[in-house]
Amino acid sequence: MTCEEAIAYLADYLDGLLEPDERARFERHLSLCESCTAYLAMYRDTIRMTRAAAAAPLLEAEEVPEDLVQAIVASVRG
Amino acid sequence: MTAVSYGTYALPTRIAVLSMMQTVHSDATLVARLRGGDGAAFEELVRTHMGRMLRVARRFLMNEEDARDAVQDAFVSAFRSIGSFEGTAMLGTWLHRIVVNASLVKLRTRRRHPEEDIEPYLPQFAGDGHQLEPSVPWTEPADTALERVELANMVRAAIDRLPDTYRVVLLLRDIEELLPAEVAGMLGITTNAVKIRLHRARQALRTLLDPQMRGEVK
Repeated sequence: MTCEEAIAYLADYLDGLLEPDERARFERHLSLCESCTAYLAMYRDTIRMTRAAAAAPLLEAEEVPEDLVQAIVASVRG
Repeated sequence: MTAVSYGTYALPTRIAVLSMMQTVHSDATLVARLRGGDGAAFEELVRTHMGRMLRVARRFLMNEEDARDAVQDAFVSAFRSIGSFEGTAMLGTWLHRIVVNASLVKLRTRRRHPEEDIEPYLPQFAGDGHQLEPSVPWTEPADTALERVELANMVRAAIDRLPDTYRVVLLLRDIEELLPAEVAGMLGITTNAVKIRLHRARQALRTLLDPQMRGEVK
């Protein structure tokens, strides 16, 4: 397996979707390739940081713009 | 009324269960008032959920005016379809899905700009299939980075830089955590296209985060 093939398999590997023989070939490549091992770790961290960033509170408070509230209420009364 | 015992559960679990039951109860009361044509109930619904709805719409649309339009469309849609709210989901979850859909509709209708090419952000390979530039681990582990307050803003800004085609799939899969088939249905593309776009989006995001994770950008 080349790096190009291994990197194409990353998402399926993390989701546990690789067939046993594909998984074995992928893991064999990782055991021999520091570059792909590093790439896999960064790819996994990217997903974790995406989720953490979305869950983190915003620095600014969640505001309730009064004009928008009134516009919405008026639009269903109209 | 059925008696329910929570005595066997730990206190935090009991508090969480009671809190959820209170939400379900207040949702049911609010929905009943809405169905009964109580005008004040709709305003209460808007005020209660506005902050979270705006946050979701801003994430998708990255434009305040479009986000406000999407939130307004979502609340009007919710008002008109309150009869179809089954009560199996929480009201907040139902509204969340509606505002995601309203944001996607808004994204489709607004003027399209030529998208930035994502290829430069993807890894490059030599003719023999090996990485042209070997990958080197990040110097700052994600666990430590996640403790930094500014990291969330940094990651959000990097996501906003992705071309829309890829950014939307990343939001729907990695943040909204929808299934590939659900995303495919919402966007009118195949599940295979969802997989390809998600993989490219994550790779491009990794590239965009790379300088910060190596301490090259403060």
